[in-house]
Amino acid sequence: MDRPASNNVTVTVVPEHTVEIITNSGEGAQKCAQIFGQTCAKMGNGVWTVEIIPAEIEPPHHTVTSTSGNIIRFGTEKITNWGDQSKLAIAFNDQVCLSRHRLGSFDDNCIILQESSWENHEDEAIRKLYAEAMEEMSSKNYRFIQVPIEAETLKVVDNPQHGKNMFALGMLAEIYQRDLSIIEKQIAHIFQKKPAKVTDLNVQLVKNGMAWARENLDFQFDIETIPPEDIRVVMNGNQAAALGAVAAGIEMCAMYPITPATSVSHELASIIENYGGIIHQAEDEIAAAGVALGASYGGKVALTVTSGPGMALKTEFLGLAIMTEIPLVVLDVQRGGPSTGLPTKVEQSDLLSSIFGQHGDAPRVVIAPRSIEECFHSMVTARRIAETFRCVVIVLTDANLATGVQQFTKPEFDARWQQEPVDFSPLPEGLRPYDWDPETGLSRRIVPGTPGGQHTVTGLAHDQWSNVSYDPESNELGCKMRSRKLAVFQSTLMPPEIYGDQEGDLLVVGWGSTQGAIEEAVDRARGEGLKVSTCQLTFMSPLEPGLKEIFSRFKKVMTVEINYSDTVGDPYITEETRRYGQLAWLLRAHTLVDIDCWTSCPGQPLRPNDIYNSIIAKSEKGVSK
Amino acid sequence: MSSIPLSLLELEEDVACGLEADDYQKREGKWCAGCGDFGVLNGVKRLLASHQLRPEKMAFVSGIGCSSRFPHYVNAYGFHGIHGRALPIATGLKLARPELDVFVVMGDGDCTSIGAGHWIHATRYNTNMTVLLLDNNIYGLTKNQTSPTTPQGYSSNTSPRGSVLPALDPLQATLGVSNASFVAQTADWVPAHMYATLEAAYAHNGFSFIRILQRCPKFTPDVFTENVKNPDLTELLVHDNGVNAPGLDRLFKAQRVHDPKDLDEARSLAQRKDMLRLGLFFRDESFPVYDEVRAVPPVSPEEKIQRLEKEFDRYAV
Repeated sequence: MDRPASNNVTVTVVPEHTVEIITNSGEGAQKCAQIFGQTCAKMGNGVWTVEIIPAEIEPPHHTVTSTSGNIIRFGTEKITNWGDQSKLAIAFNDQVCLSRHRLGSFDDNCIILQESSWENHEDEAIRKLYAEAMEEMSSKNYRFIQVPIEAETLKVVDNPQHGKNMFALGMLAEIYQRDLSIIEKQIAHIFQKKPAKVTDLNVQLVKNGMAWARENLDFQFDIETIPPEDIRVVMNGNQAAALGAVAAGIEMCAMYPITPATSVSHELASIIENYGGIIHQAEDEIAAAGVALGASYGGKVALTVTSGPGMALKTEFLGLAIMTEIPLVVLDVQRGGPSTGLPTKVEQSDLLSSIFGQHGDAPRVVIAPRSIEECFHSMVTARRIAETFRCVVIVLTDANLATGVQQFTKPEFDARWQQEPVDFSPLPEGLRPYDWDPETGLSRRIVPGTPGGQHTVTGLAHDQWSNVSYDPESNELGCKMRSRKLAVFQSTLMPPEIYGDQEGDLLVVGWGSTQGAIEEAVDRARGEGLKVSTCQLTFMSPLEPGLKEIFSRFKKVMTVEINYSDTVGDPYITEETRRYGQLAWLLRAHTLVDIDCWTSCPGQPLRPNDIYNSIIAKSEKGVSK
Repeated sequence: MSSIPLSLLELEEDVACGLEADDYQKREGKWCAGCGDFGVLNGVKRLLASHQLRPEKMAFVSGIGCSSRFPHYVNAYGFHGIHGRALPIATGLKLARPELDVFVVMGDGDCTSIGAGHWIHATRYNTNMTVLLLDNNIYGLTKNQTSPTTPQGYSSNTSPRGSVLPALDPLQATLGVSNASFVAQTADWVPAHMYATLEAAYAHNGFSFIRILQRCPKFTPDVFTENVKNPDLTELLVHDNGVNAPGLDRLFKAQRVHDPKDLDEARSLAQRKDMLRLGLFFRDESFPVYDEVRAVPPVSPEEKIQRLEKEFDRYAV
């Protein structure tokens, strides 16, 4: 594939590449990656980017815990996940580089462009750290290239902290032959509110980075670009969810700051008033749920946004919403738990608490978008379900979707998404607040302001007039009707699509954000002749129909999830004591099928290669090739 | 948020609804005989009738506890919520529907204990609503446990040797919050004063906080007895701009002229425990009102779609 270029540069044609830029926090890695990713997308590449962010704002520099950065996977075809190890990295110092090495983030033959000033630094301690880091990383076959990033940046600006990122961007532009005019436009856009000189200096740094790479590097990579035929947008999952919220007609978002959900409210805060709505930053997570519920009670479309610890706090209010049948949309951007856990990192461990986390029987709808595009549409879907079924709808995304950036086809908006949430026409004579259709449990919602509809909603057991009622019949009927709605909703769903053959040896079942990585792993296994298929669930409560029948067509079924499960063979862990991954628990109970699981909770998205290895391991344990 | 659809506004009528006080009672209150909550309900009914409020245009929001059953007994929309959380619900409702009259009814455990965080912040939001703290100095519905306002030394099932801490004073606490705009105290055994206080609270544009001292015949039958028996232990705060009930001059000899604009004096009076003080401690209508400062003009669905198209242009590649 290699072909020589004019000046002894080897150009390697590749279908895709994964690049990471790693810096101290505060050195602009995100901006560099954002412009690079946007440029790749505009040129017609598929792109997926992932932020590497410490939980602290700006921890001490030049340490393994200060690493901030971004991984950009881009290729000729659509990219659905962050992929496996990085092939090229730009590191601003040896310590942040070492932190990535220790995480196994680099391909064995990774090319690492590293700041050159540390090796012979005047401070002996820094030289020593450098030498130790390089010794540790020598276990791999990395190709280190020393680059005077700081010295080159100082030629243009006084403070290299604000400039090295653009020099790095220039090197990437040269290595991957990116279109400079697109980069220039991006820079001008980002700094549009600053003096023109800022844009000029940044562009100059990019050009210098390109020139340095041209003169000093002997390689380039060629990734074919296919300009898209449709209009594409590129954003992260939190931005998509926020735009989905306004597209869904949500006019109240009550929230309390929590990572990694907060950026949904940042986006909403900047735009929602243009759509007749407001963001209410409440005094706590509980109040955020209460304000959203109060607004919905008043007939507005309301949302509360949170992450795991916030979900725990909102629990009592969710029970009240369910009991009073007031529609409420809750977005839970999952992070690692329990307790404060891994605030900035991904986990899929709120599934069971989302479905069952309540005293009493409290049926609710839980949906899990599988891609950034679905983060947008799920908000529209959630609103519609919440209102139709007078219920709570929890949308479970995660830190992978929240901060991952991907392009997708621009949605076509529908004015019907914005319809008034409440029927304000006069009430029929004798209509009760819970006039349940005995078949479906559905009933018309009566909101304050409607003449003749006065009643008091209550979290206490109540009859169909919403009168407090402790008698056995009322309570049984209320439970039955609230539960019935879920069955009715389930009857509107289609069975999940199978990716791969409709029958075979192994079915991998995933949910939510892991779709891209699982399908990539399954493709690889199928390429080697394994009879493996996968299906990715998005409706978690109620579950999509037909699962038991689908599972019966495979010799083995295994879930793949980003959460904890025991490994049989570990001390005390047997088939009897083993605790399963959360989806596996759910599907075992739901289908009575002996479903296995492979889960992992490393605080980062699953890699296709790790999933592939789990498929191979499972296959060796009894699934024929 | 944007206001409610036109279809509903068209229903609004300025004419009196022709309801009398008893028409605002949906059903008999199920409180114990002698409970002060009955008196509060009567005062509120009279207020609603005097303003001819349409039952569908108001909502009573409560938490959990004896007093929080209040909405079940009023001919209006009601939201009997969860313990301590009436204020967030009421805030959301008022933001959604500023044209509704919103009343909040809480007990002392509800407001000053489990819901204390919301109480402070709702005071600061200063959302336009009438807020009644029915303070009987005890947990009643759960049967006789010490509340934050239980007097020091008073025994209960959870403090059989007497409450060990000084009681929390809801007036002091509320007056200490930035943007508090209306703070008053009244008592269920002085119905004329309570009614005048309700009128002033309802008229106030902002978060009108009334602490109503309320007798519990079961668990704190004696905490207010001395005050009920001997009016000389009570001082009325009076002022041309305060709460002035007719006919109380003869009953209460101790009266103090207090300008409700004087916050320092209000705080000072709330702190003094030499006498029981009823009246308007503080009122200022110049403070920002949350539902007003957060009001947003409505946007049509078509306009929203157009704006959304532009929004996505920011992300176009």
